[in-house]
Amino acid sequence: MMSTRAVGLGSAFRQAALKPRYARNLAVRSVFPKRTIQTTSLPPSASQEILNQQRLRRPSSPHFTIYQPQLTWLSSIANRVTGSGLGVLLYGYALAYLVAPSVFDSAHVIEVVAGLPDIVKYAGKTILAAPFAFHSLNGLRHLSWDMGKFLSLKGSYNAGYAVLGATAVTTVALVLL
Amino acid sequence: MQSLAAAVVRPQAFRNTVRTFASSAARAQAVPTQKPVLNKEFKIYRWNPDEPAKKPTLQSYTIDLNQCGPMILDALIKIKNEMDPTLTFRRSCREGICGSCAMNINGQNTLACLCRIDRTVSKDTKIYPLPHMYIVKDLVPDLTLFYKQYKSIEPYLKNDNPPEGREFLQSQEDRRKLDGMYECILCACCSTFLPQLLVEPGRVPWPATLMAAYRWMADSRDSYKAQRKEKLQNEMSLYRCHTIFNCARTCPKGLNPPRLLPRLSSNLPQIERSARLYCMERDGLILNASDLRH
Repeated sequence: MMSTRAVGLGSAFRQAALKPRYARNLAVRSVFPKRTIQTTSLPPSASQEILNQQRLRRPSSPHFTIYQPQLTWLSSIANRVTGSGLGVLLYGYALAYLVAPSVFDSAHVIEVVAGLPDIVKYAGKTILAAPFAFHSLNGLRHLSWDMGKFLSLKGSYNAGYAVLGATAVTTVALVLL
Repeated sequence: MQSLAAAVVRPQAFRNTVRTFASSAARAQAVPTQKPVLNKEFKIYRWNPDEPAKKPTLQSYTIDLNQCGPMILDALIKIKNEMDPTLTFRRSCREGICGSCAMNINGQNTLACLCRIDRTVSKDTKIYPLPHMYIVKDLVPDLTLFYKQYKSIEPYLKNDNPPEGREFLQSQEDRRKLDGMYECILCACCSTFLPQLLVEPGRVPWPATLMAAYRWMADSRDSYKAQRKEKLQNEMSLYRCHTIFNCARTCPKGLNPPRLLPRLSSNLPQIERSARLYCMERDGLILNASDLRH
């Protein structure tokens, strides 16, 4: 009450409150300009419909394209990719041998490879040896997890680096074989 | 009216005397330290549900790091306050205990309030929402599924015979079994970047949920261990953990869900340690996987 008295609004409020209803409305209307925006009222049930419409269009946030490259998930993906690749190669070769045994038998394969230039031979051997070495050694890492070893973050990283190092050594050894 | 005027005037006079008193000679002479301007660029993921046809974009903001707090959350709040009030993100406690401000900062999921701003100005900082989630707006992902899965493990104490009229006590040793699990704040950092999400979306167990499940099983006061065990006995909950360690790598609280796997199995004789052993046993390749352990 103190504040209204200070501003001198006390009497104005009292007048407005005591005036008949229609006159009060008139006074309010003259103070506020007419609204130009029309609103439509919806039942509460319609909100779900609007929400569903919005949900249908929302995007999914980006994932591995923006994620920091880390040994944890990259080695896991590499494990899957090399495993699938080696599997496809094995089954592919076996099926091809079934279909055309005369073309894909050992003698023919050796003959074809022997005729290739050295650089192609080494490249091909690396492409085969690296996934094989990585997948086998990373398999050991997985088995050690299954036995409850290296289950700390540091242990997992150390085992990961060990696998990478051993893969490099094994690949070189296999290529020079 | 007279008394009112007096009331207004007197504090004014009083305040004037106080102010002259407080602004002493020493304070007036202190030279403000001028910090150099250290502008850094922040690139922030934007998407507005009111304009759904527009593709999500990265919007760039440059702020002076010397006029900003040390954490990413400070920068976000500064941007929202001073540059762009439409920027939307969740935040609450600003001290890493509520888990609201989980987002992907420079390619890693973490809490904005616990992540320091990298002060090398030449590199920009990229801020995305948590990966692989539906976006509500800007940095706010829809976590409905996360909460649903969490709810499914009944994350509360279940006991039919609680002690009457006194506290439900626990020995210090039993309490210590919950260390490393009860700290989880359900920020969903661990649960939104699982490579399995690419292969089998929607069917992956989330580390936070698995950890919560074990947290209630490990509680000495809970009497529903057998039922909780039974619930985890399927291929889709426990055995889908591929020990990738993304969850441990990214956890802002430094927790390690995969570490619980052997503890889980030693606690629960029927549950084997890994998907591999489980599947081998199921396929008849080994008779009893638990024999391998002992």
